[in-house]
Amino acid sequence: MVLSPQQGSPIFSPAAITIPGDPQRLPTTLSCGDRIGNILVRFGWRRRQYRTEPALYRIGSPTPESPVIVTANYTLTVDMVRAACAGLDLWVLVLDTRGINVWCAAGKGTFGTGEIARMVKEARLDKIVKHRRLIVPQLGAPGVSAHHVKQLTGFDVVYGPVRIADLKGFLAADMRANDDMRRVRFGIGDRVAVVPIELVLSWRILLAAFAAGVWLWALHAAPFWAAVVPLIGAVLMGAVVVPLALPLFPFRSFVLKGLAGGVLWALLMIALFPADLITAARHLTLLPPVVAFLVFNFTGSTAFTSPSGVKEEIRRYTWLLIIWFAVGVILYIVDMARGWLS
Amino acid sequence: MRYLESVVTLKLDAEKCIGCGRCAEVCPHRVFAVTDRKAVMVDRGACMECGACQKNCPVEAIAVNAGVGCAYALIRSRISGKEACCG
Repeated sequence: MVLSPQQGSPIFSPAAITIPGDPQRLPTTLSCGDRIGNILVRFGWRRRQYRTEPALYRIGSPTPESPVIVTANYTLTVDMVRAACAGLDLWVLVLDTRGINVWCAAGKGTFGTGEIARMVKEARLDKIVKHRRLIVPQLGAPGVSAHHVKQLTGFDVVYGPVRIADLKGFLAADMRANDDMRRVRFGIGDRVAVVPIELVLSWRILLAAFAAGVWLWALHAAPFWAAVVPLIGAVLMGAVVVPLALPLFPFRSFVLKGLAGGVLWALLMIALFPADLITAARHLTLLPPVVAFLVFNFTGSTAFTSPSGVKEEIRRYTWLLIIWFAVGVILYIVDMARGWLS
Repeated sequence: MRYLESVVTLKLDAEKCIGCGRCAEVCPHRVFAVTDRKAVMVDRGACMECGACQKNCPVEAIAVNAGVGCAYALIRSRISGKEACCG
């Protein structure tokens, strides 16, 4: 749901008259359109424009004693928050993170101390609530200095749970999160959620793989499917299969996970389509580096890989991948030339 | 799941620490615990260098090279010489 300041139902209660700005109420049920929008945006559809107007909102019928939670103005985020808050009465302060989710915006600092201070003032929160407490999502902490927020606004920051689904439990436990609520797991559900965009963003590589396959076929180096499937499949292995099955692949290094997946895929292709020595060697050299590069790139979507680790992988494996891939390209040309000459 | 642990840059200065517990509160990988009014690193290898602890430590007892953890951004920054950014 993308709200503009003009939309939303007016609130006719006597208390509302004295509240600055008359905050709109967010519905806690998602409409059919919201649900479709949320699925499409995971595939990148109108992702940059999927924004909610930054402002203070109500959920239920909050009073001056009700808690204030802070979130980002990515509409997918706001929708998850309001759906998880059904039955609660609270204030929601939506920051302007340029339509980026809490975790990524915190990394950039747009979900941060300055923006919290700005929005607290703009919404005149000190006039709306009697307490001086903001519940900030824990994954926003990389952008927020709790002690600086206190200095700038007078509000205490309490870090809420990692997942909004735990908010009710957190509130019920007097705003204390247990260890489980504070821990990022990055399980299969989280991986399923981020894989579609991974695939959409690698469309150029997918297209290149398809073109390379078609070219082989056009020069009679291989039948159509035997030419195209290994290449397209390598991209899907790297962008979808290995990321989804991440813990099943050995090695901590993402490059090595990808190479393992790529060799597996190449062997499968050799078994599936008739291949002589040159074609088999082409699969084993061309495909694994492609898979490895895509899997390595998935470090950007995980919530447990450190930048120092990623830099270490670049340092260790860049030349290995370049040489491996270069041999693959040479064998690709050899295989193609052979088909063309025969 | 765990990642490369030997290169983690997280450092804690126990002298400066006042035991407020903010680091233990914000860390999504439960790297810190507070015992005897001092923070200790109980699982340093799990650190993903997000920088939340450093940012929320009121006495600057924590240092970490925090930043973008995405390979593509880091490769681009290495080639262009500019700072890494998710774009």
